[in-house]
Amino acid sequence: MGKRIGMEIALAAAEVAALCRPDVIAAYPITPNTHIPEHLSDIVAEGRLDAEYICVESEHSAISACCGASGTGARTFTATSSQGLLFMQEVLPIVSSMRLPVIMVIGNRAVSGPINIWNDHSDIMYQRDTGWVSLFAANGQETVDMVIQAFKIGEHRDVMLPVNINIDGFQLTHVVEPIFMPDQEEVDRFLPPYKPFAQLHPDKPMTMGALGLPEIFNEAMRAKDEAILQSKKVVLDVWKEWEKLFGRKYEPIESYKTEGAETLLLTMGSMGETAEIAVDDLRKDGLPVGLLKIKLWRPFPFEELRKAVKGAKALAVMDRAVSFGGPGGPVFAEIRSALYDEPKKPKTLNFIIGLGGRDVMVEDFIKMAKKTASTKKLKPEDAYEIYGARE
Amino acid sequence: MTEKKWPETWQEVNPGCMVFRPGSAKEYHTGSWRAKRPIWDNAKCIKCGVCYIYCPEGCITENADGFFEANMDYCKGCGICAYECWPKAIVMVNEED
Amino acid sequence: MLEIRWHGRGGQGAVTSVELLALSAIEEGKYAQGFPSFGPERRGAPVTAFNRVDDKQIKIRSGIYHPDVVVVLDESLVGLVDVAEGLKPTGMLLVNTTKTLAELKKNIRFEGRIATCDATGIAWKELGVPITNTTMLGALVKLTGAVKLESLDSPLKERFGRIAPKNQTAAKRAYEEVRIISGES
Repeated sequence: MGKRIGMEIALAAAEVAALCRPDVIAAYPITPNTHIPEHLSDIVAEGRLDAEYICVESEHSAISACCGASGTGARTFTATSSQGLLFMQEVLPIVSSMRLPVIMVIGNRAVSGPINIWNDHSDIMYQRDTGWVSLFAANGQETVDMVIQAFKIGEHRDVMLPVNINIDGFQLTHVVEPIFMPDQEEVDRFLPPYKPFAQLHPDKPMTMGALGLPEIFNEAMRAKDEAILQSKKVVLDVWKEWEKLFGRKYEPIESYKTEGAETLLLTMGSMGETAEIAVDDLRKDGLPVGLLKIKLWRPFPFEELRKAVKGAKALAVMDRAVSFGGPGGPVFAEIRSALYDEPKKPKTLNFIIGLGGRDVMVEDFIKMAKKTASTKKLKPEDAYEIYGARE
Repeated sequence: MTEKKWPETWQEVNPGCMVFRPGSAKEYHTGSWRAKRPIWDNAKCIKCGVCYIYCPEGCITENADGFFEANMDYCKGCGICAYECWPKAIVMVNEED
Repeated sequence: MLEIRWHGRGGQGAVTSVELLALSAIEEGKYAQGFPSFGPERRGAPVTAFNRVDDKQIKIRSGIYHPDVVVVLDESLVGLVDVAEGLKPTGMLLVNTTKTLAELKKNIRFEGRIATCDATGIAWKELGVPITNTTMLGALVKLTGAVKLESLDSPLKERFGRIAPKNQTAAKRAYEEVRIISGES
């Protein structure tokens, strides 16, 4: 039976990754996710986990090693952040194209320029098109749960895709808080041993990572597109099973006090928890505000989003990354696209907040909600703002 | 060149574009566009094996007598074996001759 | 909800303090957060660390700007850093020092309750090193009742193993010896 413990979330992520019995771990530490590869290496060294821990010299090698290992049928795990994730970038779409279920925890950290080790979502936003399934955790419990779920989702025969679990660097990774940690037996019951679709093995030679000429590439991409779209059904099934076994509910978009809400806030990651307090305060003052929290980022839950915003007059999308030269924040662009064809849609504003570890407070959410509720007409250039930039 | 069956529709492409027929590259006869071919003069050959090591196609093999020859299905006629041969026992000759 | 800020220098165990307090509260079935001031640090540099303790789920994830309690592990920080910044007027300042109120007031602008404890002296005696984090935990627990003193035992044992009993003694002494020197008790 699992128990309620206090643990730093990064350490808990390492512990739960070990419970999932990976065969190969290849990871390179980078602030703020350092504790994950470090603690995993401790666990392997202590003999608590029988796994091959490859001490690679860079993140590019880490993901390459995981890709190769996964090709041999090993269950693989890695973790990184920011520049490390960007260093992996050229391999990431290859892992998904090769349909290998590598699992990665990303401690979201700002992408450099200037160098910044603190929390925002810019690193994962560079990976929107890589074809990985992406989950966002808002607290320690979700972190632990999602790591286990990720293995099950990625390895499912109808998915066979890599999965990343996004946790806010520092804001989550370095916080000690209460978590229900399942025990090995519970994890084993939920997550059976990995049965790979194919394995590189001398006894049955085969090719993985082949060349694809123009004659075939288009069809290969169509197949990959189909795979990521179909993965949503598996995500929902895994979450249903999770709720039955552990009693904790997960949805692609979680609604908080949205009954009769005229103004909606939309967040991803741990800032959603702070936003809940703002919603509570606003509701106490009689303002009909609600909150949507995205847990499934890729494949994007278009259907659930359209349903969730029905009836709202205004929607404030909180981004933690900028798409320079584009339409503001990445989540905002997604939401706008999702609502484009809807005959009735809320007026949508974008606030880019919390960049590079800038603290996001309850008062900020209240200000943003009030501004959203009171904005009458919207010029396209005004639709997004980098919130709180001192002028 | 042997007949190759391309997967036609996207549903026919194996997941991850995996290829389950091992060694299928062998069916692709890379020697078919050769312009020159290597000819060994075994009187000069010292059986050092340098041509075997340097062939980028890996199509040179040692025969039962210890001399070397290239497999004409795959030899592209690049001439590296002739270039590297120490006793100059290999000569590149036009394919039409 | 109780919000606490700790001041220390890198290497003095401020981060360990917040972890131990969080773990003790969680052991009691409470909710807690313990986190450092995020960022690169070096030995000797002033650092801050934070705790939240509550009986119900803590959702807030922003920084702590108006703590209820401030704990200062190293008295050399008083005057160097504004240790009372943001401290609620109804809050409490706990300083590891043997200085008098008058001497402290030279460098602190805070009209609320101030408590002191000679944690350095206790730590030298009981631990043999001037690392005051576990000692000050005892003082903090006495002043706030955030957790029961006994709740520190299990996290201390897990963290310090063989030397846990010494730390428990140090914490207990601080628990008994801490004094409020200003403001109503």
